[in-house]
Order: sequence, then structure tokens, then C-alpha cells
Amino acid sequence: MGKASVVEAVGLSKQFGHFIALHPLDLQLGSGEFLSIFGPNGAGKTTLLKVLATLMKPSSGQVRILGLDPSEDGIAVRRQISLVSHSTFLYENLTAYENLLFYGRMYEVENLPKRIAEVFEEVGLTSRQRDLVGSFSDGMQRRLSIARAFLHRPRLLLLDEPYVGLDPEAAHNLGKVLAGLHDGERSLIMTTHNISRGLELCDRAAILVGGRLVYDEVRSAISADDFEATYLAAQHQARAVRPPRRFDGGGP
Amino acid sequence: MSKLIVLLKKDFTAELRSKDIVLTMLLFVLLVIVTFSFAFEPGSIEVGVLAPGMLWISFVFAGVLGLLRSFVNEQQNDCLLGLMLCPVDRGVVYLGKALGNIIFMLAVEAVTLPVFALLLNFDIWRFLPAIAVIFSLCTVGYAAVGTLFSAMAITMRSRELMLPLLQFPISVPLIIAAVKATGGILAGQTLAEVSGWLKLVGAFDVIFLTVSFLIFEYAIAE
Repeated sequence: MGKASVVEAVGLSKQFGHFIALHPLDLQLGSGEFLSIFGPNGAGKTTLLKVLATLMKPSSGQVRILGLDPSEDGIAVRRQISLVSHSTFLYENLTAYENLLFYGRMYEVENLPKRIAEVFEEVGLTSRQRDLVGSFSDGMQRRLSIARAFLHRPRLLLLDEPYVGLDPEAAHNLGKVLAGLHDGERSLIMTTHNISRGLELCDRAAILVGGRLVYDEVRSAISADDFEATYLAAQHQARAVRPPRRFDGGGP
Repeated sequence: MSKLIVLLKKDFTAELRSKDIVLTMLLFVLLVIVTFSFAFEPGSIEVGVLAPGMLWISFVFAGVLGLLRSFVNEQQNDCLLGLMLCPVDRGVVYLGKALGNIIFMLAVEAVTLPVFALLLNFDIWRFLPAIAVIFSLCTVGYAAVGTLFSAMAITMRSRELMLPLLQFPISVPLIIAAVKATGGILAGQTLAEVSGWLKLVGAFDVIFLTVSFLIFEYAIAE
């Protein structure tokens, strides 16, 4: 594994009973790189991020995050990564400040009050920091969840469809925050359905369909129109080869 | 240790604001005690005989309500996943939740005992030090098992049904020991005389705290 590799997965697969969520796949991510992974619902994007985030163990294959094996050095890995999920991981009966204080202490963030003030500034929630999270709109909660995610300055940020449920203004602001996080020091993996948003920021784009990584290309070699056609073709192909769902309770 | 305190502080801050867990348990326990006070003549001999059962029935069922509520807060917005992502041994997350539950249950018990004494005209005060020891030990064991099972049950559709089904069979030795030790003390025995039951409770506490600490990560996985 090269020194600059932040993620290196070889033959990584994940199976739930008979259902194969991820077929064996190889994935590499360099330091400072931003990878967008596109795929329809059920493609295995969330499962892949959960495995990389140490929330799930792979069924087979090897994963190394920042040179560490998550199954042996889970705590050391988790200290340097973060996940922004569909859920915010925020306590609604705590204030925004109390939420960040809690997570900051769990991650042993240095100069925590100063750091909290910085991230509130970055996500534009300084004036609402003493309000209960339960009183926040979905967009504000999403911004706060991003603040929570980069509070401890992770070296790898995993974003699972972060644009879902955001209005255009909130999506624009999130784009600005993510552009700021793409600073060459931090590596990011973002899953999304949204082709324009996904291609806007990434250095590399991949397509995951039916648990298979069917496409992986550097951004500079991709034209947006061609990519959309490739994505749709991959999706149709996956549908065509997928066996029809049975209605006798026998599963897919 | 510091992470344990951080987890506890978070639970206390949330609980002080919502009072969900303590109020749910307290209302249930008080309802049971008041109902018993209608059924039995206050100050009668029957009360002394039935007191251990009355108290432990109410604490055991109230405990189920409180334990579930403590994980309902973690389930909201998938906060439990957020905890699993933190750079801390997942057993410490278990200990933090268990310790919080123990303190909340003990707080409810501390409020309930004077109400019980008052409504049923029962002199519990002279037994208080021994009762405090028994209740503390038994609550630790009950919350140790309950915290593990409520973390498992919280994602299930019939969690209110599943938690008692999972927890009660395992807790039977603890509940028997709790009732017998409390009964012995209220009948005038000393702590030394009920030490056999207390040893059982102590062993239960150590075994289930240790086992739950070790398996918590796997119990809530995927």
C-alpha cells in the first residue's frame, strides 16, 4: 500500500444472509482526494460507507484506513474519520452547543470551545448555538451534522447522500462547506444520486450498481453528459441482469 | 473514565431537560404503590409481609419502562450509531448507559420508599441502611442486564414486548434474591443473615456487567 493511500480495500464484500450487498470490490483513495460514488437506491453505497466507517465488518476481503486495519485498530481509525449519514446523530433535547461539546469531548478535541466557535461560524449557526436541536429545521440540522462531522478535523470524511432533503439554498451552502473541506489535506468519499452535485466537487467519480463497482475514472477525463449516459446505461444493465423478485417470500 | 463521565453528563443534561426516564418510572411506581395502599390496610401485618413483593414488582416493571426510554433517545436521529463512531471502546458506551440507568432507577427508588412508608403506614426507616445496600446491589444487576437487552430490543418493532421477554428469564435469580433479602430485613434479620442472597446478587452483578461490557459491540452490531 502506498504511503498516500487513505483507503485501500481489496476484495471487499458484504453479505446479509443470502443477499449480497457488495460483491468483492477493490477501492483506493489517495490523500486529499475527493471521490464521488454514484448509484441508484439499493446499490450498496451506504453499506460500503458503513464498512469503511467501522460500523460493519466486511464478509470478506481486506480494508485498510490510513494504513490501519479497522478490525484491530478500530478506535485509532475512528479517531481520524467521520461519517455524515442520512441521520444527523444529533440529540434533539440538547442544544446545538451541547451536542458539539459532547462529541468534541468524545473525540478529545483540543481547545474545544474555540473549535466549536469556528465550526459554528463555518456552517452559519453561531446565532442558534444555544437553541435546542429539536427546534431546528431539517436544513439546519443537516448543517449542524456536518459541523459535528468535521469538528475533530478528520482525515477521511464519509458523506452518505448529504444533499438529500435540502432546499436549494441549503444545498448551495452545503456545497460551499464541502468545497472548503476539500483542502488537499482531507480525503472525502461522497455517495449521491445527484450527478451535477457529485461531479462539481470530486477528483474522481465511481458508479456502484447492484453491489458492483462498475466504473471508476478521474474527473478530468469525464464529461458530464457522457457520465450521465454511462450511469444510466449501467443502471439499466444491472436491472436487466437482476433476477425478477419472487412474491412467495423467497427473496430476490 | 473521562469518556464515561462525558456520556453520563450528556444523559443527565438530556434527562434534566426532558425528565422522560425518571418521570415515566416514577409515575408507574407511585400508581402501583397507591393502588396497593387501597388494597391493604395501612399499618397492618400484611403490609410487612407483602412489602418486598410490592416494592420489587413496581421497580421491576418501572425499570422496563425507564430502560427502554433511555434508548429511545439514542434511537432518535440514529444517535447510537453516532456513539458507535466515537473513538471509544464500545463497552464504555454500554457502561455509560448502564450507569445512567442505575442512577435514574435509584433516584426513583429513593423517592418511592418514603411515599410507600407514608401511604402504608409502614416504619421502613429503621431498616433503611440495610435496605439501601440491598436495593443498590439489586438495581445494579437489573440495570446491567436491562441496558444490554434494551439496546438490542430498541430496533425491534415490538420492543415493549421483547424487552420483558428477553430480560425477565435472565433476571429471575436476581428478583428472587432481591425479594428474599428485602423480606428478611423487613422481618428483622441483619445483613449478615441475608448475606447468602447478597452474595448471589453480587455474583449476578459482576457476571452480567462483565459479560454485557464484552458483548455490547456484537449485541448491537448491524
